Amino acid sequence: MSPLSPAGFDAVVVGAGPAGSAAAFALAKAGRSVVIVERGPYPGSKNVYGGVVYGRILDQIDPEWWQSVPVQRWVVRRSTMVLTSSQSVSVDVRSQAWGGPPHNGMTIYRADFDSWLAGKAVAQGARLVCSTVATGLIRDASGRVCGVSTDRPQGELRAKVVIAADGVNSFLAKSAGLYRDSSASHFTLGVKEVLDMDPEVIESRFGLGGREGLDIEALGATGAIPGGGFLYTNHDSVSVGVVVALDGLAASRRRPEELVASFKAHPSIAPYLRNSTLREYSAHLIPEGGYDTMPDLVADGMLVAGDAAGMTLASGLWLEGVNFAVGAGLAAGRAAAAAIEAGDTTAQGLAGYRRQLEASFVLADHMRLRRAPALVLSDRVQGVYNKVLCDLAEQLFTVDNPAPKPGLLTLARRSMAKHGLKFRHLAKDGLEAARTFR
Amino acid sequence: MTADPAGVSFGERMATVEFRVAGNAHITVDADVCASCTTRECVTACPANLFAETADGGILFNYEQCFECGTCYMVCNKEGAISWSYPQGGYGVVFRRG
Ligand SMILES: Cc1cc2nc3c(=O)[nH]c(=O)nc-3n(C[C@H](O)[C@H](O)[C@H](O)COP(=O)(O)OP(=O)(O)OC[C@H]3O[C@@H](n4cnc5c(N)ncnc54)[C@H](O)[C@@H]3O)c2cc1C
Ligand code: SF4
Ligand code: SF4
Repeated sequence: MSPLSPAGFDAVVVGAGPAGSAAAFALAKAGRSVVIVERGPYPGSKNVYGGVVYGRILDQIDPEWWQSVPVQRWVVRRSTMVLTSSQSVSVDVRSQAWGGPPHNGMTIYRADFDSWLAGKAVAQGARLVCSTVATGLIRDASGRVCGVSTDRPQGELRAKVVIAADGVNSFLAKSAGLYRDSSASHFTLGVKEVLDMDPEVIESRFGLGGREGLDIEALGATGAIPGGGFLYTNHDSVSVGVVVALDGLAASRRRPEELVASFKAHPSIAPYLRNSTLREYSAHLIPEGGYDTMPDLVADGMLVAGDAAGMTLASGLWLEGVNFAVGAGLAAGRAAAAAIEAGDTTAQGLAGYRRQLEASFVLADHMRLRRAPALVLSDRVQGVYNKVLCDLAEQLFTVDNPAPKPGLLTLARRSMAKHGLKFRHLAKDGLEAARTFR
Repeated sequence: MTADPAGVSFGERMATVEFRVAGNAHITVDADVCASCTTRECVTACPANLFAETADGGILFNYEQCFECGTCYMVCNKEGAISWSYPQGGYGVVFRRG
């Protein structure tokens, strides 16, 4: 590699994921010199997610982003399923409006999305250096972060600000002492299979038009382990997998690929996957602890953004991390540029970052939904309500002539009693849900 | 290789993923610490199935087909059993459809 700037950069961004590329974009746009260090051979090569990016935040990068983004399908159907081993209840939402600009969700591979987004930063003037690991923070005599060491010969990179956008394991945030607690209970493991499937088969099987896509989220899909299942349609493949609590997975003694297999074998899922072949198997961690498990976001000379700061929103109804990472990255880049401009890159000088996040969806949504992770991963939500709901729905639509139809309340009581759910549980969880999702 | 419920062997499953294997291991496991571990969380939780129990009660680890996910060091309860870092830049797993 040619020697990087010996004089240093205004900013070094670690990680060319959505957070890092957005941060570098904002810095470059503000006229600042910025280098992104990415350990993979290309952006996205180390990254795995389920499959849907909610793109509206990209308006701030390119007002017509949907023209150039390498999309697989535009999601027009979103199905939320509740499963038991032999039953399912679905809420299926379709909107043709989502099929046209500005769109809602898109399925896209991370190799494509992350490379596209990094390209936006580079076009703005950022420098991208791949195949390079940031191995540690460099501090000046006062303890202020002033760069990173890398695994390149003479690979020290000096900068006024370091933005740690190094993802869920963030060794940079940990080494800066910004995490109070990063125990396994705050993380889930996502395991995914991409299965090749003919586009016409996808379209007829899932009721989709040519560029349209479907997103299925399933609760009750992971047996006794807290978590969920997902299925997304790409152009000529489907992505299917599960997300499971790490501590629950470890305690269960079950293997990750077995959990995917049992979700795929569910009677409501299996017919969708007939005659498909495994294209790629993958796995990645998700920080699902939410607001209360986030680290400090700012240190002297350093900001943390995206999954490195635990910013994935996982609330049962939503699994969104890419949009949060982009939002946080943009705020980090802008705050860093302003601090450099003002000549103060101490934690105090960088404090605008947190204020921007609080004023945007990134921390506003997280603060509002801070109770969601615990509720969604709780035993009753994971293992009782799915059964009560499926039984209730099954009974409601079972025609039991000559017996007359029982009333809804009778059915609800019956189903609750069968699964040991008491009215006081219902009242308590209902109240908690009302508080959580108010 | 373990038979896989999806109809492909675990070896075939891992063969769908590209790995640019580095010359040295980015993760090492201390056999002495593992010897006294009764829970063995890593063995079942590692999505790439890289931890194997040996007949004499030890742990055998191979770094070559690692997703670099972090599951193993997170679920392991024994201090010092796993030393974990990323492979050298440009090496390790390369996802195409992540
Ligand atoms: C199974 C699964 C399903 C998900 N589903 C969705 C979904 O459908 N929709 C959604 O919006 N979100 C989803 N998410 C969450 C989403 O993937 C993350 O929130 C998002 O990727 C965070 O972006 P980031 O830039 O913060 O981190 P990352 O995308 O993890 O990027 C970090 C980057 O830093 C690089 N890096 C790390 N350490 C170093 C280092 N030391 N030196 C150099 N480079 C380094 C990595 O290679 C990587 O490119 C899912 C996640 C998983 C695991
Ligand atoms: S790595 Fe950890 S969990 Fe695995 S055998 Fe060793 S001590 Fe036990
Ligand atoms: S990082 Fe993940 S894939 Fe690699 S050995 Fe650990 S658990 Fe297995």
